[in-house]
Amino acid sequence: MSALRKKLRRDLWRLKGQVFTIALVLACGFLSIIMLHSTYQSLLAARDAYYAEYRFGDVFARLERAPDRVAGRLESLPGIARVYPRIVEDIMVPLASEPDPVTGRIVSIPDDGVPPLGGLYLRSGRLPAPGADDEAVILEQFARAHKIQPGDRLPAVMNGNLRQLRVVGVALSPEYVLAMSERGFGIDERAFVVIWMLRGAVAPVFRLEGGFNDVVIRTEPGASVPAVLDAVDRELVRYGGFHAVARDRQTSNLALTGELDNLRSLALAIPAIFLAVAAFLVNVVVSRLVFLERTQIAVLKALGFTDRRIALHYLGLVASIVAIGAVIGIAFGAWAAHWMTDLYSDFYRFPTRIYHVSPALVVVTVGIGLVAAITGALGAVYRVVRMQPAQAMRPPAPLSYHRTLAERLGLGRALGPSAMMVVREINRRPVRFLLSTAGIAMGVGIFIFGRFTWDSFEYLFEEQYLREHREDLTVALTSPRPAGAIQELAHLPGVELAEGERSVPVRIRAGLRWRDTVIIGYAPKPELHQPPFELPSDGMLLTDQLSTVLDVRAGDLVEVELLEHDWPVREVLVRGFVDEPFGLQAHARADWIDRLLRVEPRVTAIMLRVTPEHLADVRARLKELPAVGGVTSRARVIENYRAQMGGSMVVITMILGLSAAAIAIGVVYNNARIALSLRSRDLASLRVLGFTRREISTVLLGELGAQVSLGVPLGLLFGTWWARAYAATIDQEVIRFPLHIAPSTYATAATIALVSGLVSALLVRRNLDRLDLVGVLKSAD
Amino acid sequence: MQAVITCHALTKHYRMGEVDVAALRGVDLELFEGELVVLLGASGSGKSTLLNILGGLDVATEGHVEYRGTDLTAADADELTMYRRHHVGFVFQFYNLIPSLTARENVALVTEIADDPLDPAEALELVGLGARLDHFPAQLSGGEQQRVAVARAVAKRPDLLLCDEPTGALDFQTGVRVLSVLERVNHELGTTTAIITHNAPIAAMARRVITLGDGRIANIEVRSQQVAAAELRW
Repeated sequence: MSALRKKLRRDLWRLKGQVFTIALVLACGFLSIIMLHSTYQSLLAARDAYYAEYRFGDVFARLERAPDRVAGRLESLPGIARVYPRIVEDIMVPLASEPDPVTGRIVSIPDDGVPPLGGLYLRSGRLPAPGADDEAVILEQFARAHKIQPGDRLPAVMNGNLRQLRVVGVALSPEYVLAMSERGFGIDERAFVVIWMLRGAVAPVFRLEGGFNDVVIRTEPGASVPAVLDAVDRELVRYGGFHAVARDRQTSNLALTGELDNLRSLALAIPAIFLAVAAFLVNVVVSRLVFLERTQIAVLKALGFTDRRIALHYLGLVASIVAIGAVIGIAFGAWAAHWMTDLYSDFYRFPTRIYHVSPALVVVTVGIGLVAAITGALGAVYRVVRMQPAQAMRPPAPLSYHRTLAERLGLGRALGPSAMMVVREINRRPVRFLLSTAGIAMGVGIFIFGRFTWDSFEYLFEEQYLREHREDLTVALTSPRPAGAIQELAHLPGVELAEGERSVPVRIRAGLRWRDTVIIGYAPKPELHQPPFELPSDGMLLTDQLSTVLDVRAGDLVEVELLEHDWPVREVLVRGFVDEPFGLQAHARADWIDRLLRVEPRVTAIMLRVTPEHLADVRARLKELPAVGGVTSRARVIENYRAQMGGSMVVITMILGLSAAAIAIGVVYNNARIALSLRSRDLASLRVLGFTRREISTVLLGELGAQVSLGVPLGLLFGTWWARAYAATIDQEVIRFPLHIAPSTYATAATIALVSGLVSALLVRRNLDRLDLVGVLKSAD
Repeated sequence: MQAVITCHALTKHYRMGEVDVAALRGVDLELFEGELVVLLGASGSGKSTLLNILGGLDVATEGHVEYRGTDLTAADADELTMYRRHHVGFVFQFYNLIPSLTARENVALVTEIADDPLDPAEALELVGLGARLDHFPAQLSGGEQQRVAVARAVAKRPDLLLCDEPTGALDFQTGVRVLSVLERVNHELGTTTAIITHNAPIAAMARRVITLGDGRIANIEVRSQQVAAAELRW
């Protein structure tokens, strides 16, 4: 082994504390790249394989009813490769084990059992036997939640009649990766079931023999999707078409894509922070090392070592740190990627699991880390090359200090000499001070950034959902019913208050712009579902987002196509706007909607306030009513939300906390070590003068204290800014994030930084106790 | 005269790597109130070790050191810190000023923690630097820096001023100037002063000259006539 290599090995050991803390920050960077990118790529691959193998459609359309021959006509349209007509109907499932009726969605499958598009991945059991009109395959999420197996019975109210379906199979479908309930908050797997039955069994029940009410389309490669949507809409308009949507707006795929996009954004943002901090730390440590070793470097040069050889020696140190970080980061990253992919795949129930940690990604990751670290070391290595041996062998000139601006303005008088040492030290190296402060700020910021989506959801849930929804139960009706239905439910024993709501699907047009949405119609004086705004007696309010999409202002007239009754088109006055986080909807009074449609008062949902002792009875009774499509209980929504958020929140918070701590410790510890090495002479002088260890610790750690005290509030601001910037990139049409960061998040982030700073300070303080007073003072430097 | 410091059978052993080095081998010594002593010896004679033990920077392996009747050999690290803080002033060969503090602030470091200090400006006046109070070390010459170090050492009105090769890094003229300052402090404040040097001519300014060799006291010379520091030549 060459002498320089031995030196390198011993340097690594001597600097082990600093080497390890920097390697740890790098490892966090590597881990986050490998974990997030691999998970993203694995999930994307698994999703695409799933979609391809099970023939996920490109375009989806709903309609009232069309004869089968229309499917042939659709197939002849340009850009369309395949058309699969089917029957889709929402029904009520009065499950005995469930207090509320469950929303069931009947989806027909061809009588031979194999849908050409939107295939089924059978997890257990079999497909319905030919001609079996009571056999059904149900969605696995629901089957598992209720422990339903092939052979069990499933009650279903189909077109007003209660039937006992026989479950013969349990399946998954690319169309229902995320089975979203439309009324609740988030996903409730127990409250929504897809039921696949033979078309021959379903068509007579819904009087759709020889016809269909739903269509899935595969486009030709390269076809223009907007053109296809337009052509399909034109073809289906006379059959009550609800407007076709492309794959990117299909409910399940939209939610899934949103989550995957989220993951990809994180995969870019989070590693960047770690690598930036690591580069800075390498810079600080290697600069100091080169300074301390300048006489050794001079001797090496005098002995005839080339600049290149010596530069490579120091780069070797950097490469070794990267290598240590890479081993830790990649090993844990691969494990974490596997764990995270499993977690997501379980949640999405992808039929094939793909774990994909590509060697190319590993190579690129290490390469990025190496580039970041070498960038950090370049300045120091440049100084090595520039160093003149004769000059380097002399002790360095005394450091020159100046009065700070604050002192010249007379603000320094209040400070004693110890505090003045801290202030002047900062003043002497402002860039390093600012970068260290920025490093701590990034650690704090990363925590806030990681937590803010949860905080915002919590805020949405607490402030929007719980405040607006004061009902105990929301009863969704299968179709608009006369307002008398409210009274019927109001008379059930235990019901204290019943309130109707009237929604209607619409297409709103303003010039060339349009959107499909829904107008929610409230009772004139709503008490249970209370919107946080005043409703006009005529006209409607749009969400801010919808007004932006349509480019309309208050007082404008828009064209509203009401997709109900005889599908009238009306000119409607936009009265104003409301700021809402979710979706693109319009709000109005229920009686105004009925006037607009020119029908008798109707309701589509009924909110109930029920005395606690009667709640179970009322829920049981609702299951017997054929007009009821589904029931949502407020308590259930809360419980479901808490269960979903709880577990993953703890894990994510822990990971973020450790990341923030790794950064804070990396910055504070390394700075403290450097400060100690730079100022051991000053500190020893102070000890000789009679300063206690505590007093010199204050002098040493004062600067670090200043960094942390400045870094923490800056980090809180940075985290908030970062969260805001990120929130702005989220698809605004789906959700507008109310940027909300909980005080507890700020407090936790600050505490992590402070505690990390304190731990680092204590680690370094041990070295102060070992300060060699005599040795330091007797040397020239 | 009353003894400020009394040492008895002082020994000190160091481990230098794998070798055991005996720096002091049984030293008996007294330093008396208000006297100026020069400790003379070649490199490795043990004089710095002795001074470090007297100043509470180091502890003896065996033997006893007493400061005005208090046994320093029994003191723990914190007690030694307090001893240095209140009773001892140091001047080193390499000034050891804090580069980020001005001359006045370097002195103020000590006056802040001392019980009955001089005013920093007064202390600097005493060493002839009244006009350079607000200069940083980097703006001062070597001799000036050493005088700031002396001012810092005496500003607390120490009972004992220990100077380890105070002129070692200075040229002749500057060295004489620094020695004059030490002489003045000894006269005006009555501080017991011990100057370590390997430079024999300096001994002429002392009343007692203690010569060390090989870790032992080789000779103690009491001089009836002292030469003023300004008259010294080497």
